[in-house]
Amino acid sequence: MKTQRTPWHTATLVVGWLVSFGALAISGMAAAANTSTADHSKFKELQKHFASGPEVTKACLTCHTEAAKQVHRTKHWTWEYLNPVTQQKVGKKTMVNNFCISAGPNLPACASCHVGYGWKDASFDFKSEVNVDCLVCHDTTGIYRKPAGLAGNPVTKRMELPPGSGKFVDPIDLTKIAQKVSKSSRDTCGVCHFYGGGGDAVKHGDLDSSMSAPDREVDVHMDATGLDFTCGTCHATSAHDVPGSRFAPTVKDEGMKRIRGKKDDSNPANCVACHGKRPHPIQQAKLNDHTSKIACETCHIPAFARGGPATKMFWDWSTAGKMNEKGKPFQKKDEDGHVIYDSKKGDFILAKNVIPEYMWFNGTVYYTLVSDKIDPTKVVQISRFEGSPTDGKSLIFPVKVFRGKQPYDAGNNTLVTPHTAGTDDAAYWNTFSWPKAIAAGMAVTGAPFSGKIGFVETEMRWPINHMVAPKENALACQQCHSDNGRLKGIQGIYMPGRDSSRYLDILGGGAAFFALLGVLGHGALRIFSKRKKGGN
Amino acid sequence: MTEKVYIFKRFERFWHWTQAATILFLLLTGFEVHGAYKLFGFGRAVDLHTIAAWTLITLWVFAVFWHFTTGEWRQYIPTLDKVGAMIKYYLTGIFTDAPHPFRATTLTKHNPLQRLAYLFLWLGITPIIWFSGWFYLFYGQWRDWGVDRFLSLEWVAFFHVLGAYMILVFVIAHTYLITAGHTPTSHLKAMITGWEDTH
Repeated sequence: MKTQRTPWHTATLVVGWLVSFGALAISGMAAAANTSTADHSKFKELQKHFASGPEVTKACLTCHTEAAKQVHRTKHWTWEYLNPVTQQKVGKKTMVNNFCISAGPNLPACASCHVGYGWKDASFDFKSEVNVDCLVCHDTTGIYRKPAGLAGNPVTKRMELPPGSGKFVDPIDLTKIAQKVSKSSRDTCGVCHFYGGGGDAVKHGDLDSSMSAPDREVDVHMDATGLDFTCGTCHATSAHDVPGSRFAPTVKDEGMKRIRGKKDDSNPANCVACHGKRPHPIQQAKLNDHTSKIACETCHIPAFARGGPATKMFWDWSTAGKMNEKGKPFQKKDEDGHVIYDSKKGDFILAKNVIPEYMWFNGTVYYTLVSDKIDPTKVVQISRFEGSPTDGKSLIFPVKVFRGKQPYDAGNNTLVTPHTAGTDDAAYWNTFSWPKAIAAGMAVTGAPFSGKIGFVETEMRWPINHMVAPKENALACQQCHSDNGRLKGIQGIYMPGRDSSRYLDILGGGAAFFALLGVLGHGALRIFSKRKKGGN
Repeated sequence: MTEKVYIFKRFERFWHWTQAATILFLLLTGFEVHGAYKLFGFGRAVDLHTIAAWTLITLWVFAVFWHFTTGEWRQYIPTLDKVGAMIKYYLTGIFTDAPHPFRATTLTKHNPLQRLAYLFLWLGITPIIWFSGWFYLFYGQWRDWGVDRFLSLEWVAFFHVLGAYMILVFVIAHTYLITAGHTPTSHLKAMITGWEDTH
């Protein structure tokens, strides 16, 4: 998404960006120099010209012999996850969403966020160690790029991208990048996780480019001039396995605070892991009473998309494919410069400072997969959160509910996986034909396609965990404890200020009213009888 | 001719007025927590309500101690003697300027209806308030105490609010009956100065 800016604004931004980027780069390097015991620029293996990504990996593996094997075991590599609770096989590889719908038939574009090189179709060798991309997570230069269309490869030779576009991209200096590798950072994680769904802030709303160097208001932990947490501070990674996932989030953390040396299987990417279950000081003990029913995030993330970029809240694919008067695809923007219509994608609604929706959630998520039948007369829940006030495992949790309308197979009543990105004849973004795009996409997925296409309303749920506000910006009591508070629709709990027994209020209020009426009447009679007597 | 009787001792008066103020404040903040109106804001109302409750508890500890060491607890021993006369007085006598059927003394400072009312307040209403309030306040400890299996906040709140309405009715009647002494101000004077005018 592009935003409209004045030239002066742009110049200020560029200068600001250069200054801050320079400062960050210097401080980053200084930090790396201070803590690391290795200066990779002195390694002979890295003092050569690298013609491709896998060549760099080969050099990395000469010392880090187990690294690729470790990466192979992770979701970052397999894009697959077997949920032990639901027994559903999920993961980016096969899942459907209501953003760009499906990665499977669009790998040359989507795999630019895969932690590997060259995954363009089913022939990809998942056992290859040299195909693991070390640089994307360990780059410190900020120049490493894996453009869409190259199946996760960086540009190593000057090339036209996309082919036939007339736009050329210069190769990046893999040697320089390799010599400067260090720990992963907010930027390296963010290069994929901030831009999920095809652009900055699009997907999550609580993860966007503002988290690269957030101020305290946006994220109290990651505050670049304060606590300065990186992603890895909470997502404490061991053997390349990054804990914390939206496929199976930890909602009610029954672990205790993490203590070194203590055996601990709890999820470190969880508030309770550091703060415990009674995190508020004794003066605010009442707040601690909330932790059995309410996730920390509910009060401490009062809104998402707070850092500047707007997040997508609604996406209607059914209106895609309109052309302008010249017969060309076009875009429409709102007054803030957000694209609200794109011929390739349809209509959007974007929003900033979004108040989450709240629901009981126990950490179990069910997905509607391509193999599942849907009921097109209802809104299809692509992801559905399980939870209830009585299961003992649920908390009230803040959620981004992403709504949309997307194509489905009206013959088989299943969701479909269109082939959208690419320059071939079937790619929707090239030739704007749903039948061709869906047929091609379903052929890749291997699911049956009847040829009948309809559009169905869908919803997805995204847990809100990031952009933790400073405590002074946490929700105030009355934002929930009132008739029209944020938790208005939450059932199964008694909330003072929101709930009361109507009969008791009628009875009690009535009793008080009649008592008042009684004493006033009695008093009036006394005054009246006294006057009468006085008059006599 | 006006006679003066010393009825209420210094601690008793202090206790009464502090308690009166605290109870009114508890009603004010409590009904805000209940959602009846907005005054302090929910969170502040909860805090103030809690502080006021602890204040009242402290006061009560002293008051109970005082009542037992001084023997003043006997003032609440119920009696049905003259209850009928009191009711009759409030229903008719008070309008015709009939003499008040009860004469307060240092040894029996409450009329029989008062005795019954206060006894009901101490043994009927306040236990409801204190028990429900205690569990309301320590909601976070229910699991540790093992009471979470049979207590629900909904019912605890129900009884607390029920108690509050009963106290509200009591306060209304009590405030009015201040004026129903031998003279309209004799009770009030007694509770301020300790001395009640009788005639």
